[in-house]
Amino acid sequence: MKKTTFSTVFPRRTLLKAGVAASALQVASPFILTARGETPIKIGMVNPLTGVLSALAKSELDGAQYAEAEINKKGGILGRPVQLLVEDSANDVGTGVQKTRKLIDRDQVDVILGDVNSGIAAAMAQVTAEKKVFHIVPGGHTDTITGVDCKWNVFRVCNDTTMDTSAITPELVKRFGKKWFFITPDYAYGHSLQDGFIKALKKLGGTYDGDYLPINNTDFSATLIKAKGYKPDVLLNNMGGLTQINCMKQIVQFGLQKEMALGGALFEFETVKALQPDAQAGWWVMEWWWDQPKVPEVVKFVADYRATAKKTPSARDWFGYVSMHTVRVAAEKAKSLEGPKLAKIMEDLELPRDVALQAAAVRYRAGDHELMPTIFVGQVHPPKAGPDDVFSIEAEIPGVEAAGPVEDTGCKMVHPA
Amino acid sequence: MSSVIAATASVQRSAQRRWLPVAVIWLALVTVPVWFPLLGGYNALAGSVLVFGLAAMGLNLLLGFTGVLSFGHAAYFGLGAYGAGLMLKYVAASTPLAMLAGTLFGGLAGTLFGLVIVRRRGVYFAMCTIAFGQIFYYIAYKWNDFTGGFDGLRGFHREPIGIGALTLDITDEQPFLFLSEGFRFYYFTLAMFTIAVVLMGLLVRSPFGRTLRAIRENERRARFLGIPVERHIWLSFSVSCFFTALAGTLYALLNNFADPLALHYTQSGYFVIMAVLGGMRSFWGPLLGAAVFWVLKDFLSSALPEEWMAFLGVIFVLAVLFFPRGMLGMLKRRSAE
Amino acid sequence: MLTSIIYNVANGLMLGAFYVLMALGLSLILNLSNVINFAHGNFLALGAYLALELSKVMGFWGALLIAPLLTALIGVLVELLMRFVYRRDPVYSLLLTFGLAFVMQGAMLWWWGPSPQAMEMPDILNAPISAELFFVNWYRIFTVVVVIATVIGVFAFLRHTRVGLRIRAGTLDLDTVSALGVNVKLLRTFNFTVGCLLAGLSGVLLTGKNGISPNMGDDYLMPSFIAIIVGGAGSLTGTLFGGLLIGITAAVTGAIYAPASEVVIFVMMILVLLTRPRGLMGEEGML
Repeated sequence: MKKTTFSTVFPRRTLLKAGVAASALQVASPFILTARGETPIKIGMVNPLTGVLSALAKSELDGAQYAEAEINKKGGILGRPVQLLVEDSANDVGTGVQKTRKLIDRDQVDVILGDVNSGIAAAMAQVTAEKKVFHIVPGGHTDTITGVDCKWNVFRVCNDTTMDTSAITPELVKRFGKKWFFITPDYAYGHSLQDGFIKALKKLGGTYDGDYLPINNTDFSATLIKAKGYKPDVLLNNMGGLTQINCMKQIVQFGLQKEMALGGALFEFETVKALQPDAQAGWWVMEWWWDQPKVPEVVKFVADYRATAKKTPSARDWFGYVSMHTVRVAAEKAKSLEGPKLAKIMEDLELPRDVALQAAAVRYRAGDHELMPTIFVGQVHPPKAGPDDVFSIEAEIPGVEAAGPVEDTGCKMVHPA
Repeated sequence: MSSVIAATASVQRSAQRRWLPVAVIWLALVTVPVWFPLLGGYNALAGSVLVFGLAAMGLNLLLGFTGVLSFGHAAYFGLGAYGAGLMLKYVAASTPLAMLAGTLFGGLAGTLFGLVIVRRRGVYFAMCTIAFGQIFYYIAYKWNDFTGGFDGLRGFHREPIGIGALTLDITDEQPFLFLSEGFRFYYFTLAMFTIAVVLMGLLVRSPFGRTLRAIRENERRARFLGIPVERHIWLSFSVSCFFTALAGTLYALLNNFADPLALHYTQSGYFVIMAVLGGMRSFWGPLLGAAVFWVLKDFLSSALPEEWMAFLGVIFVLAVLFFPRGMLGMLKRRSAE
Repeated sequence: MLTSIIYNVANGLMLGAFYVLMALGLSLILNLSNVINFAHGNFLALGAYLALELSKVMGFWGALLIAPLLTALIGVLVELLMRFVYRRDPVYSLLLTFGLAFVMQGAMLWWWGPSPQAMEMPDILNAPISAELFFVNWYRIFTVVVVIATVIGVFAFLRHTRVGLRIRAGTLDLDTVSALGVNVKLLRTFNFTVGCLLAGLSGVLLTGKNGISPNMGDDYLMPSFIAIIVGGAGSLTGTLFGGLLIGITAAVTGAIYAPASEVVIFVMMILVLLTRPRGLMGEEGML
């Protein structure tokens, strides 16, 4: 009697045929598009949609897709429809670089967006500069992207670590004190963050201690024991993503928040919502916040976004949104999509209110191509007026103040001939 | 009389048959910059296929020909990449030197490690290879100042090769006539690949290669025949690491980049699936497996940027359940019937 | 100084408890079926997600009980696939679990989304037992108690029940066990299921100190491997000690020089491989 195996249930030939059909589709697709006779403007986004940063990447994607629909409804860019092509960098630099090459070489995109992971963003910038393609980094934070490694074709929406740390340090010192303890992930971004804090803290005469921990550290007890012994005024949680959540949970479990203030630079909306109420605490920076009742453009945007995307936008959604609209604004002003022309126009370009979505004027600084928005400093707390009301703005620091002069960033912008 | 003629004719036919597939493969590879973009491909993708194919073929010396499973070969691949990158960044702007450094780096690490675990077998051996590979992963992503840490090693790029008038500029990405962008480096990769594969072919056909196959078929019998089994396994391990490390150097040169995930056991798993998918028992199998797997992965992750992982996993599972002999293995059986 | 050391060792034991639970499950599956379960970390995550869903219906305690059982059930389905590859070269079973890890991760990402989630913990567990021993809260004690109970349960089961005896015998020589008339297929399924149950339980316990996400189990796979290598393949007691040893080492290193707390367990593994390759308590010839 013949044994019933996988092969008898699903004969090989059937699977092979299915596989061939699938690959034929892939082969045919570029031909299908050109046959329709459209010439859309292609923007390629490379982001870690799988892996530990996926929640943040997804929000950026949501914002960008929302903008894509909005732009196309109003006639596109320079009269042509916009098409957002999405690739997953899987939080792997090799993949991110490969996908960037693919988008530029094969798909012939005009603009590249990405990556949340600043290491990948920097690697991508190497490729885009080599190929002279306009590149916007929506949410990768390491300073070098608009600092020592700045490039003429790269612009950044989110703040760099200097801006975030300089914005919040005076507030924390004023309210709680100058003796700090850092819990920082041991890689370039973490070092950059802690160095920024230390610089700002030292200016105010503070003292500090801390621990560098492995990026994916799961257990913080040893460090927290040390922190308790040090008795700081403020405990800074510089960990990112999932590890930041784990750290907050354990800090609160140890009851440390009763003896010292909690704080840090970024504590993203997506991350805050993943915590239980007792761990939603501390003083942090939001790079954009949805609850700005005094700015009518923001109120309208949030209402529309909630209706369409069925979620309240976070700073990451805003990054994706701004990136897409930046391309539109720049292209329309330059009347072209050529990399060098777009880059030239972008310098000191002020974004309209309905894109900037905040009270103050917002522009990309010419010297380092960093966007200078308002930095919202405030307190995270359990939901009050609604499930999304987890942050109260206490101070609004102009980004350009927190950033310091261009010379300090180490950026020497070299423009193409 | 007629039987002798028939026998001679069949020998001649089988000799032709042996060369034909190789010739077809070479023709296809040499003309890639012309036809691949028409199918939606790009030269960097083809280069990646060659690089991973070479790495998988290196692994297959151990896996398919000697019958020993290493699930940590990405370590040597990555060491090759980092070796080349570090050489270019800190020591000398020379591509040949970088390739030499990377290959030696990865190969020697494998040789040393092989000494330690050569007495282990089976699944436990595989476990040790995984864990050992992860050590290098951790070193790469922790040593921020030297290796660039988690963000990878940047700030180096491939240099033109040659002296004076005989320079081959492999950094130039511009297309030329019907040859699409990046074709120069693709041909360089193909040249390196060819040299490596010829060496590997010679090795496999040599008495050493035959001994390895004997060990694969029946280790105990080989031992009874007086063959120093451990030494052969160690040598096979060592040589396979050298080839994989060479592939790693090409990877670094292709992307102008080296990243810690090239060292991770997930990458090792990819090499194994490439070898199995294409056919462990055949020489060219891993190259075919690399082509199918890599192109498929590229396609899936673009078509389904958020869900591709699950589908890729399904392919792994299907390959294991369905095509254990791999594509070339299946073809061989068909032709034998 | 002494208190600091005691604190950190105690801390290490609590950390080690987690590693032990994970490594034990992995070891069980490895010993009997000769399979490295790459998806073990994903079963952990699955246990956590199932607990999250169940807790909405039956609270924390109910979830704690049922989620591991559900995870074990999914393990049964997975094991059915594995039956096709047991007879073959080990490379196939490795690739199968490797592929399954991808499938499970993708499925969890798709079903529950990428945003990390939190599970409510009963308040009594959250409080520290005293102000002095602030880092010892009831939750961690509870975890250790559960782990101890589970370990005792597993060892007792293996020693004193018929099925346990068969599993132990099968680890040494599965063919003979089969020749003696035991249904080896069922035995392997049961063994695999127990391994997944342990992984699922780890996941539920982990929700107390970590957020829930599809990747949450990935960081426990390597330490489990190392616990097995250090303790000795084929020996469950070895795995037990291996887990505790790496827990303590990681915790103490975390206190002395934090950036090295991850790498130090690899260093330990190399030392063991160089000096006593079969592991601290492994038996020669066990592979």
